[in-house]
This record gives sequence, C-alpha cells and structure tokens, in this order.
Amino acid sequence: MQDRPSPLLISILCIGIAILYIPILVLIGYSFNASALVSVWGGFSTTWYTQLLHNDQVLDAAWLSLEIGVVVSTGAVILGTLAAISLVRFKIFRGRLLLTGMVNAPLVMPEIITGITQLLLFISMLHVVGWPHRGFTTIAIAHVAFCTAYVTVTVQSRLQSADRSLEEAAMDLGSGPVRAFVDTTLPIIAPALASGWLLSFTLSLDDLVISSFVSGPGASTLPMVIFSKVKLGVTPDVNALASLVICLVGVCVLIAGYLMRRSERQRLLDAQMAER
Amino acid sequence: MIGAAVDPDDPVAAVQSAKSRASANWLMRYGKWLIIGPPMLYLLVFFLIPFAFALKISFADTAVRVPPFTDILTIGPDWHIHLTLSLSNFKYLFTDEIYGLSYIYSIRTAFFSTLVCLALGYPMAYAIARTSKATQSILLLIIILPFWTSFLLRVYALEGIIRETGLLNSGLLWLGIIHKPLQIMHTTLAVYLGIIYSYLPFMVLPLFATLEKLDHSLLEAAADLGSPPWRTFLDVTLPLSMPGIIAGSMLVFIPAVGEFVIPTLLGGPDNLMIGRVLWDEFFGNRDWPVASAVAVAFLILLVGPIALYQHYSTKQLEA
Repeated sequence: MQDRPSPLLISILCIGIAILYIPILVLIGYSFNASALVSVWGGFSTTWYTQLLHNDQVLDAAWLSLEIGVVVSTGAVILGTLAAISLVRFKIFRGRLLLTGMVNAPLVMPEIITGITQLLLFISMLHVVGWPHRGFTTIAIAHVAFCTAYVTVTVQSRLQSADRSLEEAAMDLGSGPVRAFVDTTLPIIAPALASGWLLSFTLSLDDLVISSFVSGPGASTLPMVIFSKVKLGVTPDVNALASLVICLVGVCVLIAGYLMRRSERQRLLDAQMAER
Repeated sequence: MIGAAVDPDDPVAAVQSAKSRASANWLMRYGKWLIIGPPMLYLLVFFLIPFAFALKISFADTAVRVPPFTDILTIGPDWHIHLTLSLSNFKYLFTDEIYGLSYIYSIRTAFFSTLVCLALGYPMAYAIARTSKATQSILLLIIILPFWTSFLLRVYALEGIIRETGLLNSGLLWLGIIHKPLQIMHTTLAVYLGIIYSYLPFMVLPLFATLEKLDHSLLEAAADLGSPPWRTFLDVTLPLSMPGIIAGSMLVFIPAVGEFVIPTLLGGPDNLMIGRVLWDEFFGNRDWPVASAVAVAFLILLVGPIALYQHYSTKQLEA
C-alpha cells in the first residue's frame, strides 16, 4: 500500500506520537531540575542522579532487578526458541493446541491474575516439597513464564520466513538434523534470539504486579521500590530513577529493533541474489 | 523431500542420505519431544497449573494457619478421602455488592477506553501503512518504544502532565484559557487518560500488521468501478482489516479490565476497578480464598475475549 497519506491522517499520526512522547520527555527534562519543588524550574542540575548513587535501597533493588533480568531472559530465550521451533517445524503433535494457547495467553492475561495464581502455586509447593522460597527464585520463575511467550512470538515469525532449503541441503550432505539446524538455520534466526533476549530483559526489569505478588520479604525489585515511592507522592529523585530506567529500556529496544531490521534486510538481499 | 537431490548412481551419497534420513526420522518421531517437552512442561507447571490451584483455593475456607486456608482434600482416620467444597466465597461475591459493581465498572471503563484507542489508533496505523517502507520502519520503532516501557513509569510520567501543578494546567493558566487549575488527578477522567495513553501502542501494532498486507489492487479496482474513497474504505478496507481491529481491541480490552497500576495511581477512591479490589483483598484483608474466587470469576468473564484474541492472532500469524 503506497499512496501519500492525506494531511488529516498525518496530523492524527503526529498527535498520537506527541501524546505518547510528551509525558516521557517532560519527565526526563524535570529529572534535571535543581529545585526540590517538582513544579518549579530551578535551573539545570544533576543532584538527583548523584543522590540516587547514595541510596542503598535503590541500589539494592536495581541490582536485584538486573540479576533477575539476566537470568530470566536467558531462560526465556531457551524455552521460547524451543517452543517456536516446535510450533513452526512440527505441524502435528499431541498438545499442539495446548502449547499454542499457553504461548498466546500470557500476552493478554491481566498480570494481576497471573501473579495471584502463580503465588498460590508457589505457596502450595513450598508447603508440600519445601521449595521454592519466595524471593529471587519465585520472581525469576514467574517472569520466565510470560517472557517465554514474547520470545516465542518473536522467533516464530522469523523462523516462518527462514528458507529451509539450506538446512535440507546440509542434511543431504550428511549432517544430522540437529547439526544441520545449528549450522544453517540458527545463524539466520540469531538476531531474533538476541532481540528476544533484550525484550525479555526489559519486560522483566519493568514488571511490577507479578513481582509484587510472588516476591517474599526482603526481595524488592526496582519497580516495587519506585511504586512505593510514587504512592507517597512525586519526588524529584523518582524522576531521575524513572528517567534512567526508561533510557535503559529504550536502548535495549532500539538495539533489538536494529538487529531485527538488519536481519530482515539481509534476508531480502539473499532472496534477490537467489532469484538472479 | 530430504534425499530428493541425490544422484541414484552414487552409492556413498545414497548411503549418507539414507543415514541422515533415518536419523531425521528418529528425530521426527522421538527427538522432537526433547524440543517440545521443556517449554510445554514449564508453561504447564508455572502458567496453567497455577489456575487449578486458584480454583482449588477458591473452594476452601479461610483458616488461621500457614497457608491461610483449609484443605479441600483431607484423608480421614478410616483412609477415606474427604472432599470439602465450600461455595461460601462465591456466594460472598454475590452478597457484597462491591464485587459486582467493580466488575461492571472495570468492563465499562475498559470498553470505552478501547473505543477511544481504536478511534485514535486506526488512523495512525492507516497513515503508517501508507508511507514508504523506510519511513514505516522508523515510525514503527517510534510506536514500539513506549510499548515496551513499563506502565508504572509511563503512568508516573503522565501524572507529571495532568496533576494540579503539572504542565497541562500551567500551560492553560498561562494562556489564560482557565483561571484556576483543573482537577484531573484522582478522577474518572484521569483513569481513562491513563488507560488510553498506556495502551495506544497495543492497538496500533496489530492494526498496522493487517493494513500493511492490504492488497492495493482491490482499492484501485473499487476506485476504477467508480466507488468514492469513503465507500471504498467502508466496503473494502474496513472489512479486510477486521482481524487487526479485533486483535488490537482485545489486546487493549483484556489487560485494561484487570488494570491495577492506573486506577491506583491516577484514580480516586471511587474508581474501584477489579484489579484494585483483588489486590486489596489479597494484601489488605489477607483473605486468600475470597481473592481466589474473585480471580476465578474474573477469568470466567475473560474466557470469551481471550478465545477471540487467540483465534484472530493465530489467523494473522499464519496468513
């Protein structure tokens, strides 16, 4: 579909984008406000950022969130890739519908329901088998479940468009199916795995509701600390903290987008070469 | 399929090909469970089975112990297994009107927010779909960026705009349009603004995915046959983009019904959405069986919309 969009459409698009971005930009702007009064501009300053560096509660929470993020995204990429391969390559197997459902449902399920049900499971498990204790482990397990869904969708679409002829050629030349997959298809879908990892990392880093349910005493993630601060009122150091998290997430998403775009361009280029 | 390109006169290649075919068959038959198994098991245990636990606990009674509810399965001294199902939690949902009211309130709020998102998101997606491929990927990235940023932070950012001393009020005061600040925070309007602001990208992305695939020759055919642009839109574009409309609407509606952060931070005490009631029941009153019953009842309401979403999103992925 290529046909110049009308000025009306363009202006609605611009308004929509402005609505999405103005609050975030204002927040980042005010995080450099020297004044302790959030609504008065008192000149440029990085006071609130340096103050964060001396706040142990924030630093501990940030460290916990980053650790969980790394563990979760690694686990989610492994499980999500396996799920994507299952759904794309094995057209018929028992439980296919079940797997499709379990992969799609976390994308729309209200977090509050996922959180409450997972907590009830963890409590019952702890009661019966003595594991897992609420805290790092339970937050990581819960995050992997919904991040797997996002990785599956990302990898699935890439895998569907990947050309299988290379893999078949490798098998004709005597490679086993696993070896053939690793040598030919894996490099093609690698950018999708990388962006799946980054997106899981941002999802895990951002999650408030599920973490609040499944966490135990003493384990507060960064969003949990921010939430309790925000409930008490707007403070300038929260502005700085929120800006930092938004920038970190933004960088992850940009890299993920760049990787996907580059691999897509490469694929189109290869397709053109093949046609020649 | 696998050995198709092998020269039948070359014995080495034939043997190798047979070998790889045999191992491929083995992998197809048994090895595939090594691939399907881990994600299937993980999601079963940590996503699906938890719902069974919630269902179980919703039939239990509160008790002063750890965990704070009674067992519904008990083994008596005579080795008989007793199943005690208590329906009192579900009865309680009907007797205390706060639950019914908050269900209705949540659905109404989510419904109208979805409509506004659709009205704003459709032209946005349509405009993006009509730009060149290079512009498209940049615009998509612009839409995706807030999609991945946390609701908590974006809602907090929105608060900076709409609060009494926020940018909106200062701007309007400065322009002389209003003479005293508008009270937006802690009102129903703030909840609507919060949901629309947070969920707009969820509407635009699936809409764009269907509008982008729209066959342009159909539109040209309609125009050639003398259909005015608005008729072409109603007769061709709108019906063809229906899967995107439904997927996008469900992607906004379902999570919005269960929204907790937005009504808590932006709403007032009367903006009782079901997510907030659930949270309070759980953390405030510590009544786990009733909280489970609320969650189960809530989930039953959502089965229809979720099935609808599943149907259209898989259709879109396979198209």
